Amino acid sequence: MQGLAHQLIAGIATGGIYASVALALVMIYQSTHHLNFAQGEMATFSTYIALTLIQAGLPYWVAFAATLVISFGIGVFTERILLRPMHNASVLANVGVFIGLLLVFRNAMGWMFEYTIKSFPSPFESDTPLLGGLVSGHELGSTAVTLVVLGLVFVFFRYTKLGLAMRAAAFNASSSKLVGIRVGWMLALGWGLAATIGAIAGMMIAPVVFLEPNMMLGILLYAFAGALLGGIDNPGGAVIGGFAVGVIENLGGAYLVGTELKLTLALVIIICVLLVKPSGLFGRVVQSRV
Amino acid sequence: MSTSQQPIGGTLGTEVVPVAPGVNLLRAAIILLAFAMAAAVPIAFASSYQLFQLTLAGTYAIAILGLNIVTGFNGQISLGHGAFYAVGAYTTAILMTHFDMPYWETLPIAAVVCGVLGFGVGFPALRLGGLYLALTTFSLAVAVPQILKYRGVEDWTGGVQGTFLVKPDAPEFTGLNNDQYLYLFVLTLAALLFLMMANLLHSRIGRAMRSIRDHPTAAEAMGMDIARIKTRTFALSAGITGLAGALSAIAVEYVAPDSFNVELSINLFVGMVVGGVGSIVGPIFGGLFIVFLPNVAESVSRAAPGVIYGVILIFFLYLLPQGFAGFPRRIAALFRKRRQD
Amino acid sequence: MSALLELRGVHAAYGQTRVLHGVDLTVEQGGVTALLGANGAGKTTTLRAVCGMVRTEGEVHLAGERIEGKATEDIARRGVAHVPDGRGTFMELTVEENFRLGAYIRRDREVESDFELMFGYFPRLRQRWKQQAGTLSGGEQQMLAIARALLLRPRLLLLDEPSFGLAPLIVQDIFTILRRVREAQGVGILIVEQNANLALDVADRAYLLETGRIVVSGPAHEIREDEQIRRSYLGY
Repeated sequence: MQGLAHQLIAGIATGGIYASVALALVMIYQSTHHLNFAQGEMATFSTYIALTLIQAGLPYWVAFAATLVISFGIGVFTERILLRPMHNASVLANVGVFIGLLLVFRNAMGWMFEYTIKSFPSPFESDTPLLGGLVSGHELGSTAVTLVVLGLVFVFFRYTKLGLAMRAAAFNASSSKLVGIRVGWMLALGWGLAATIGAIAGMMIAPVVFLEPNMMLGILLYAFAGALLGGIDNPGGAVIGGFAVGVIENLGGAYLVGTELKLTLALVIIICVLLVKPSGLFGRVVQSRV
Repeated sequence: MSTSQQPIGGTLGTEVVPVAPGVNLLRAAIILLAFAMAAAVPIAFASSYQLFQLTLAGTYAIAILGLNIVTGFNGQISLGHGAFYAVGAYTTAILMTHFDMPYWETLPIAAVVCGVLGFGVGFPALRLGGLYLALTTFSLAVAVPQILKYRGVEDWTGGVQGTFLVKPDAPEFTGLNNDQYLYLFVLTLAALLFLMMANLLHSRIGRAMRSIRDHPTAAEAMGMDIARIKTRTFALSAGITGLAGALSAIAVEYVAPDSFNVELSINLFVGMVVGGVGSIVGPIFGGLFIVFLPNVAESVSRAAPGVIYGVILIFFLYLLPQGFAGFPRRIAALFRKRRQD
Repeated sequence: MSALLELRGVHAAYGQTRVLHGVDLTVEQGGVTALLGANGAGKTTTLRAVCGMVRTEGEVHLAGERIEGKATEDIARRGVAHVPDGRGTFMELTVEENFRLGAYIRRDREVESDFELMFGYFPRLRQRWKQQAGTLSGGEQQMLAIARALLLRPRLLLLDEPSFGLAPLIVQDIFTILRRVREAQGVGILIVEQNANLALDVADRAYLLETGRIVVSGPAHEIREDEQIRRSYLGY
């Protein structure tokens, strides 16, 4: 029983990371109908920035905040410079640009920070396990951070004028222009936010899996699975899907397939969702978009 | 101000123009001459390492040919063809080491295995269209090295260590060494596959594939079973890329999980774009590009090839969407403009 | 009265397809101009040209300022509200959120009192306040679209076939309200209609568009009473 409870809690902790990245993916998907295949690499890049700042002597939370600001800037900049000229281009050209971004970020990291595995500090380090050994300090802290972030994102979109405008721009760009919303900037802002959320996910997972250029690749896969499971056009669904996939991964890893096939499990989840319910649990029904 | 999206690959495709019989003869002569040159020059002048690199470029060209069938001509985006390349390579490795099969017998088997796998992966995603295939294949490419390392199949795959195989000996009557022979073998096979695909793409089936890329709604309205054609095209494409993987295993004499990571799939994608999406000769440029660019770039830094790949990919998408294969037409268009002036 | 909106020799094209071939048109300050014509004559395109939603040549003046070539959102910010064909409501959002988006560019404190004003025009929207716009009836959606446009506090209101697909009674309602709006708010209106009778009733100027050219223009009542125009263009 103790083992099961531990796996559940660990699943929720990693699920929060998947949920964050899934949310970042869905935010961009909703407004552009494109999947950012470089989302994981951008998050890893942000984590390297955080590490550099910490090693330069900044206190953890100062480095954390600075990383968020820089990541936001990178996101906005990327959209304005690279994606904007592609708005009317073919889907293939857009996917190509995402792949190009992925390559540039991934290898720029190798270039600037080397390929060696680095350890990343956790602000929630505690030597004494909590709740009778059920949960580590970092698991508890990172889950809290993810929940706060998800809550803030919800409040932002739900209750602020800017959040409403961003939702409107995602749903209906031409009507949004008619009420005076600068749709282009809303997209860039969405990219900035997505990059910021990804950065938080990266900084929260890095103490667990260690930092290297490939760090987010598997996490991106689970985020895809989570987003699909919850519904690729539904941010709330994607968050729930992310948590669900985290729990499935941990239970499956502990009792079914072992940790060696974790990525395959994500692939299986993706294929199962596509076969059984392609719209996901909370998404709108997918029309065959030929 | 129209924001409507063009169909996938819509702007990137090439039109196939019917040609007169005289032109056909000329074309056949050019192809034969090109083949003879490609065979003779390296055999005469290239070192064995250079031959090995050219052989590898040949297998990549075949792999990109496979990818181009599904992405370039059918408009469905795959980011995971490295997975089929891997499965093809492992199929050949396992058949050669565990069943003592001669190398050439393993090739059709590898192609069929990958075709079936392609069908299985393509089926759920292709019913839905859009980005689902890209997403599924990307996930497949990320997951494949882990599956190859899995302890449960270690006896067959060799696990993390991988498996060594033996390069086939050149038949004695040829008078060639093994590297030369393998190069010619791959070159001949590649030439046959390229011709077959060129024929297929000019046929009724090829027209159906392209019409699904360019006018999916119209194709459906005309009664085409779009999902079925897409799935079969994907299976064919996976089979060809699997065959390429099989050849690569023979050429490299070694298979290991980490040579088939997601970067391989991405390299194939980059090679396709750089060579020319929807071009029949494009994959040849693409294959040469992904073998020889890293040699140049790695002298700068280990990470440089990746960064340069990314930059080149974006550059081509913006400025040369028809890839290298589009160069002659671009230049021709330039001259035509000049003359008008 | 000085002209609020003036089009001079406006051409417009979608890609290679030219749709407008030199349209001249005026909307007075606080006046209503009707734009009539058959399907495909270019009525909708004319409205889109005003809003910068289509590539144009020629001059578009809004209260003396040249606005052609400006971005749609910048034109909206200058006080042009457009109720496009298909209404342009945000189906996925609630009525309340549509209201707030209508007033998106406003910084004044009277937004909430303008909500009340809209409820005065369209009482049914108050009952639908928390409902998704997509679940509203066709008539309610048209009301929402007009309310959304008015909340911008526009100088110029562009209406694209407000009667389209609606029951006659609801159409009557909507046009009654449009008259009230015109009197109460002093907003200039450019209205595109298939239903010429209805439009000519509310308008003071009218233009007849045929394959991208203005073929008839004049005071609305004159056009309404001209037998020949009625027979040859308006078909009743």
